[in-house]
Amino acid sequence: MSKLVITDLHVTVETEDGPKEILKGVTLTINEGETHAIMGPNGSGKSTLAYSIAGHPKYTITSGSVTLDGQDVLALSVDERARAGLFLAMQYPVEVPGVSVSNFLRTAKTAIDGEAPKLRTWVKDVNGALERLNLDPSFGTRSVNEGFSGGEKKRHEIAQLELLDPKVAVLDETDSGLDIDALKIVSDGVNRFRQREGKGVLLITHYTRILRYIEPDFVHVFVDGRVAESGGKELADQLEAEGYDKYLKAVQA
Amino acid sequence: MTVTTDSVRSALEQTSELDRVESHLHPAGSFDVADHEVPTGREEIWRFTPLKRLKGLHADAPLDGRNTKATWNAPDGVRVDVVTGDEATDLRGVSGWAPNTRFTARVLAEVRATLLVDVPADVEAGEPIVIDVEGTDADVTSGAHVVLRFGRHSKAVVVLNHTGSAAVSAVVEVVVGDGAEASVVSIQDWADDAVHLSHHQARIGRDATYKHAAISFGGDLVRMDANVTYDGPGGSAELLGLYFADAGQHIEHRIFADHTAPRTKSHAVYKGALQGEKAHTVWVGNVLIRKVAEGIETYEENRNLVLTDGCQADSIPNLEIETGEIEGAGHASATARFDDNQLFYLQSRGISEQEAQRLVVHGFFNDLIRQVGVPSIEQRLLTTVEAELAKNVLKDIGSLAAFGSDD
Ligand SMILES: Nc1ncnc2c1ncn2[C@@H]1O[C@H](COP(=O)(O)OP(=O)(O)OP(=O)(O)O)[C@@H](O)[C@H]1O
Ligand SMILES: [Mg+2]
Repeated sequence: MSKLVITDLHVTVETEDGPKEILKGVTLTINEGETHAIMGPNGSGKSTLAYSIAGHPKYTITSGSVTLDGQDVLALSVDERARAGLFLAMQYPVEVPGVSVSNFLRTAKTAIDGEAPKLRTWVKDVNGALERLNLDPSFGTRSVNEGFSGGEKKRHEIAQLELLDPKVAVLDETDSGLDIDALKIVSDGVNRFRQREGKGVLLITHYTRILRYIEPDFVHVFVDGRVAESGGKELADQLEAEGYDKYLKAVQA
Repeated sequence: MTVTTDSVRSALEQTSELDRVESHLHPAGSFDVADHEVPTGREEIWRFTPLKRLKGLHADAPLDGRNTKATWNAPDGVRVDVVTGDEATDLRGVSGWAPNTRFTARVLAEVRATLLVDVPADVEAGEPIVIDVEGTDADVTSGAHVVLRFGRHSKAVVVLNHTGSAAVSAVVEVVVGDGAEASVVSIQDWADDAVHLSHHQARIGRDATYKHAAISFGGDLVRMDANVTYDGPGGSAELLGLYFADAGQHIEHRIFADHTAPRTKSHAVYKGALQGEKAHTVWVGNVLIRKVAEGIETYEENRNLVLTDGCQADSIPNLEIETGEIEGAGHASATARFDDNQLFYLQSRGISEQEAQRLVVHGFFNDLIRQVGVPSIEQRLLTTVEAELAKNVLKDIGSLAAFGSDD
């Protein structure tokens, strides 16, 4: 099973002038095996949604709920959420100086599985995952994300997705900053993940081009902190042609 | 470019070679103890140090107590010996420096013997020369004079390893001959009650490379001044420091790179972690680029990671430049708590908060430990960092996974 249910989620961030509401009632259900695309303009709150699901301390949930297979996600710490089966590929992956990729991956895998991976197969798995994302095995000895190019950081996120094998993956603009070859490589990685039994994907993006490679079951237009419209993949084509104007006008009106 | 003069000027009081020092700067040192008043704590160079905890070492505590045992190995071709008499007398000031503090003047005047490591010219020591100094009694005070002499084109690593309980003031003079490659690692892994006041003074020959690593974990009060001057053009100094202060500890490191010759280099990186109530660390990085020192390069950096509330890290880089003709000069100083974004990133991969903190701290020190470049002590440093972490950050977790077995 892997069913992520987000119900009427309200989220604020702390600003100098007090709390500011960013998410204004998000409701969304990702059933087992489904891929949902969320598209929306800059600043509409897409990353806020992703971070709130993952539990970033910067965001305060003021009301609403998030459950994974019925379990209350919001009651869990960040690491417990990951161990429960959530994964967030970040828009801006963080550099961790002095911590090697191989040490990081093994520590994460050990934490998620509750036991250390078998050394022999693990090394092969890691090298395989890196290779499929077109990352040289030498990345294993480099510090996590340090000095990685923008594209390398994104590919490293997807390598982690393959290795850590969550139930539901939230991908925050994994496509931005990628050239067309890298986009294909990343999309192939996500598609391999989707082929596994019952995986859910929440794909946050700005552009429709990635949807040519990763075909979503549902598309949601995200504007001003909530879902403005939902539909099938034809909605993406409509957004491509018309942009977000009509939704933004509706908000301003 | 920050140019702060007070601290550099007072650091200059620690240099000698009266004749060569520009007259508008402070008077240089003296071998005569009477020339050095007992510090009050208001002096620039003493203002951070809690003098009360020095057991009188800054003033008039006896220096002839027996409170340490030293043992060592001597690889082929290297002489390690305790010398006395004229030979010891001749070694006082061999680094081309005269004391500017009372404690250093007293060590040179009152301590009769010198522990000498002599690496003759052209000799490459096959293994590190490790001198273990084990303290036996922190209620007894003593003084020590050590001379590390690296002959022309020699190559050697000397490790001074301090453990146990003692109250010691020490002067370590280092002479690096032309073209030599010298590494000096001083580990302060004392017991909780130890007091250690030390001054390391190195003179770096033409085209020689000198690496100095100051590693301080244990002791009630540890203060080390690590200074370098240059004997000719082309010399290079790498000054490294790693420290970890626990509740109540005072760990103070000062460096002074006095660029006395053209085309010389100094590169300093000191990193520290602090945890527990009243853990206090001080880093003062003095660099002076004299008029003659054209075409030099200098960079100094101090980073502190504050792990708990109640700690204090003072960090003061000072750069004084008297010539416009330099290749590069810079400094960085930062004191920070854990980075929430780093911890979040690691935790979002299932790693617990404590383990994430542990990874970040090890990561913080890793590069530096590698730069120390002595494989036989690398593992020990990693283990000691781990043990320090266990005192606070990790005190609730039992077995730890992957660290240290990096493949
Ligand atoms: N600390 C803060 N103070 C004020 N506003 C903030 C703060 N943090 C975030 N915001 C605002 O929250 C809004 C949503 O940001 P978020 O990063 O979720 O947008 P996004 O949809 O992911 O945008 P993009 O497409 O640019 O990635 C933005 O308007 C942002 O400026
Ligand atoms: Mg965003």
